[in-house]
Amino acid sequence: MGSVVLVVLVFISRLFWLQVIDQSQKAKADSNALLRQVIYPSRGLIYDRNGELLVFNQPIYEVTLIFQEMRHGFDTIAFCQCLGIDSLEFEQRISAIRDRKRNRGFSTYTPQIFMAQLSKQDVASLREVSYKFPGVGIRKRTLRGYTYPYAAHILGSVGEVSQADIDRDKYYQAGDYSGRDGLERTYEQRLRGEKGVEVIMRDSRGRIQGSYHDGAEDVDAITGTDLHLSLDIRLQQLAEECLHGKVGSVVALEPATGEILALASSPTWNPEILVGKQRSTQYNILLNDPTKPLFNRATQATYPPGSTFKTIQSVVCLQEGGITPRTTYPCSGPGSSPIKCTHHHGSPVSLLNAIEQSCNPYFWCAFRDMLQKEGYGDNNAVFRKRFNLWRDDVMKFGLGQRFENTDLGEQSAGKIPLEREFNRTYGEKGWKAITIRSLSIGQGEILVTPLQLANQAATLANRGYYITPHLNTELTNSPELRHETDMDSTWFNLVAQGMHQVMTAGTGRWYNIDSLQMCGKTGTVQNPHGKDHAIFIGFAPMDAPKIAVAVVVENAGFGATWAAPVASLMIEQYLTDTIRRKHIYNKMVNAVLEHPSEQQ
Amino acid sequence: MTRNSIISGIDWWTIALFLVIALFGWLNVYGASYTFDQTSPFDLSNRAGKQFLWFGIACVLGLAVLFIEGRTHEVIAYLLYAFWIVVLLITPFLAHDTKGSMSWIDLGPLKFQPAELAKMITALALAKYMGRFDYRVRSWRDLVVPFVLLALPAGIIMIWQSETGSALVFASFLIMFYRFGMSGYVLTGGLSFALLFILSIRFGEVPLPWGSGSVGVLLCYLVLLAVIVGFMLLHERDLKSTLILCCVVILAYAAGLIVNIWWTVNFNLVSLIALVLILLYFTGVVLYRRRFIMLLVTGYTVLALLFCEACTIVFNKVLQPHQRTRIEVLLGLKDDPAGAGYNVNQSLIAIGSGQFTGKGFLKGTQTKLRFVPEQDTDFIFCTVGEEWGFLGSAGLLIVYLIFILRLIYIAERQRDNYSRIYAYCVAGIFFFHLTINVGMVLGLLPVIGIPLPFFSYGGSSMISFTLLLAILLRLDAERLSKWQ
Repeated sequence: MGSVVLVVLVFISRLFWLQVIDQSQKAKADSNALLRQVIYPSRGLIYDRNGELLVFNQPIYEVTLIFQEMRHGFDTIAFCQCLGIDSLEFEQRISAIRDRKRNRGFSTYTPQIFMAQLSKQDVASLREVSYKFPGVGIRKRTLRGYTYPYAAHILGSVGEVSQADIDRDKYYQAGDYSGRDGLERTYEQRLRGEKGVEVIMRDSRGRIQGSYHDGAEDVDAITGTDLHLSLDIRLQQLAEECLHGKVGSVVALEPATGEILALASSPTWNPEILVGKQRSTQYNILLNDPTKPLFNRATQATYPPGSTFKTIQSVVCLQEGGITPRTTYPCSGPGSSPIKCTHHHGSPVSLLNAIEQSCNPYFWCAFRDMLQKEGYGDNNAVFRKRFNLWRDDVMKFGLGQRFENTDLGEQSAGKIPLEREFNRTYGEKGWKAITIRSLSIGQGEILVTPLQLANQAATLANRGYYITPHLNTELTNSPELRHETDMDSTWFNLVAQGMHQVMTAGTGRWYNIDSLQMCGKTGTVQNPHGKDHAIFIGFAPMDAPKIAVAVVVENAGFGATWAAPVASLMIEQYLTDTIRRKHIYNKMVNAVLEHPSEQQ
Repeated sequence: MTRNSIISGIDWWTIALFLVIALFGWLNVYGASYTFDQTSPFDLSNRAGKQFLWFGIACVLGLAVLFIEGRTHEVIAYLLYAFWIVVLLITPFLAHDTKGSMSWIDLGPLKFQPAELAKMITALALAKYMGRFDYRVRSWRDLVVPFVLLALPAGIIMIWQSETGSALVFASFLIMFYRFGMSGYVLTGGLSFALLFILSIRFGEVPLPWGSGSVGVLLCYLVLLAVIVGFMLLHERDLKSTLILCCVVILAYAAGLIVNIWWTVNFNLVSLIALVLILLYFTGVVLYRRRFIMLLVTGYTVLALLFCEACTIVFNKVLQPHQRTRIEVLLGLKDDPAGAGYNVNQSLIAIGSGQFTGKGFLKGTQTKLRFVPEQDTDFIFCTVGEEWGFLGSAGLLIVYLIFILRLIYIAERQRDNYSRIYAYCVAGIFFFHLTINVGMVLGLLPVIGIPLPFFSYGGSSMISFTLLLAILLRLDAERLSKWQ
């Protein structure tokens, strides 16, 4: 009698352990019987500033097989012909599906993905005759599609998530797509939307038995939020066309808002090629290309700013009392020392003439006088303090640092040299204004990105402030993006006047359009590795600027010859919505400049 | 004897418990075989409908048996027994192979398993033999005939029909033997042999952390030592000898450990030497004190040693692979959730997912979606666990407990040996079925396919259990009138 009671008590305590204390069985039961089928949301669309659709979703197809239903007379050869594969590939794919290590959810009763990422054309012939193949299904998912073959660097691409993504964010599962680079990556959270789930019951053989609790636990998918960019796709198109066959970049901004109108880097690619099943092959081709197309030169490449830096130099020297608007310096042309002048003009030169003619000796003198204004002092300390003052002022134009709180991908900081770097090379007392004279004309240790150049142009256009460049128009009004230079607008007006003269009488005069009140500054950057880089910054109209542009063409030669026309076309396009000077357009689009890597 | 006295003498409590279990069982057969294209529980095309039909037939047959005088069975018991042995023998010729077992006879659309009814017929024959007025268990000779009566059908079912589960149920008659004078030492001996079997299989291959030899052998020797010490203390009340024995063992092992510092010692050998010393001591005591009972202990020890050796051989050579795998999985030697352990693993998942209150009738996903094999027959208890939760399954176990306790109570109140022995057989059979079946479903015992009485789907078992019970109730009802 006692033993009967004992046995029942043992059983009841075992039941208590299994059902009340140990919770692991419950979880196992759910993974056993409940199939949580994901409903994929459609990804947010991307529009340009004029509401032009840039990125959309296009359907792709997956061919699935239910092995259990294939048993009855499956014509493998005909099936392979429909999909354009050979029987060897068929066998390989089948054994990959059967491999439970790689395909955990394998069941002969549920649809298994046989081929993925097929286009409508790929499955068209199969679809017509699919009734002949029992167990074959065609499933639809979405991929990215692009209206224009432009802006690949900005838009980025969508690809399969990596294991690292899955580990970092529980939202993802193997096989999911996410933004891999560009805006698709920056705005992944809002573009992707929210996956939904349909809870389905399946039996021990994996056969679907209907919805669980009549769909009470199902969750609808939430469509991703659309993205409205500041980009003007016409302007972007023009920029990319002008850069065709050259290496370089074009950045255009709306000065008052910091909105990026165009941001082009060349060489580039058609975003369409990184979609679908050819993505990995194409990506590898891009990765191994010696001209480095994946490198976004507009935000990642750095160059000395060259003569375009003279605009900043003017403002800073005026602000810190190195010169006054009436200061003049003599220029001996090519015979000048310590820096030669590369242009022929009268002497002495005033500030406006110096900007117009890009006179090197003037800016050397102004830089020297600004730094030496209070002498060198004990231990060179006063001079070094002046240098730091200069450096701080230059940094206020957004140089030497990455733009914060913005939606651009990889950026370079560029470089404005630090006092301690010169101290290290020359000793604290060992360097003077003459030592760092190349900085006066934007050469030497100073490096900027094309984006920083465009922002510099915007700062000059705004007469003393800039809004951090960005692509998403929602960011435009956020207060933390506004940066003041705290310098007198009188100096900016003066420099703008000088830049206007550049276009009317100076180095940019061949590409001027009078009615647009263009302002600009050319630059030719010495390049120890080959031909000089051509640089140009500008904005227009002078009094109420609507666009600021920076252009860099690598290994092209004079800024006036190769960069100025591109900037001029950009301004014309943006302000008049048309290009009248077809000859300039044709010349730029058709010109091909070899990249050093191709010369070998 | 009037009909009224029979009706008034019937134990209605037992009948009520029987109805509760059988109807709840039928509900769960409906639950377990329920699919999403729902049909009525009375529809004969599904298992719940058939189970209801079986239940009806069983009730009619049971009722008929209630009106047959108890003496009738006693008179025809041997005849029935002989007839049924013949039926069991010819069954494999009429049967077709059902999962390796040759125990099912096809009767048109129905299938019948004679082994189920064999339990009742054996119980009747045993009761008749042991219920004779002059029968006493005085020595082991008195148990020979009952053992043969029991072993004959069991042997036929196990070897001839390959139906191990049903044959094992015959072990439940040992409970009755124990109640009727079989020495407790036999049960102790049997249990210790079972323990030795498990230990030598489970730990036989595990090496000792020191020296050489296996953990299993050491544990087996410790069990033997415990049995001997228990005998010396409880039966002989000889504290001095017990201490001497323990000292011998401790000294032997200590010596082994010390020698092990320099040379590797085989501790299997050390254990054997210690045991031989003990046996020599026993022989000395037998000769000196003339306590021949102690020869029994010596015999037991020698037998146990041979048994341990035999276990390994039987396990590896005699058992069929699927039986070996089941034992290995249960003992934790193999982990195979998709293979041999699949049933139990899925059963535990189903029960565990029921939680405290269960998922509700017809709402269990594990059983509905057929993750648990045999879920309406041998594994039906997990449907209860999943759909009715801890409350339902513990409640059902308590109902079974009350039922079996009631049967023991009925057995105790019988005045003649025939009824008492039969009643104990019945109680033993129900207890054994409950223990093995629920123990298996809860993963505590190896998978042995026997049904849960009145609960599992199946006509043969439903009818045989009902008849088994009906005869008992009739005998119980007659206990007052028989002596008037």
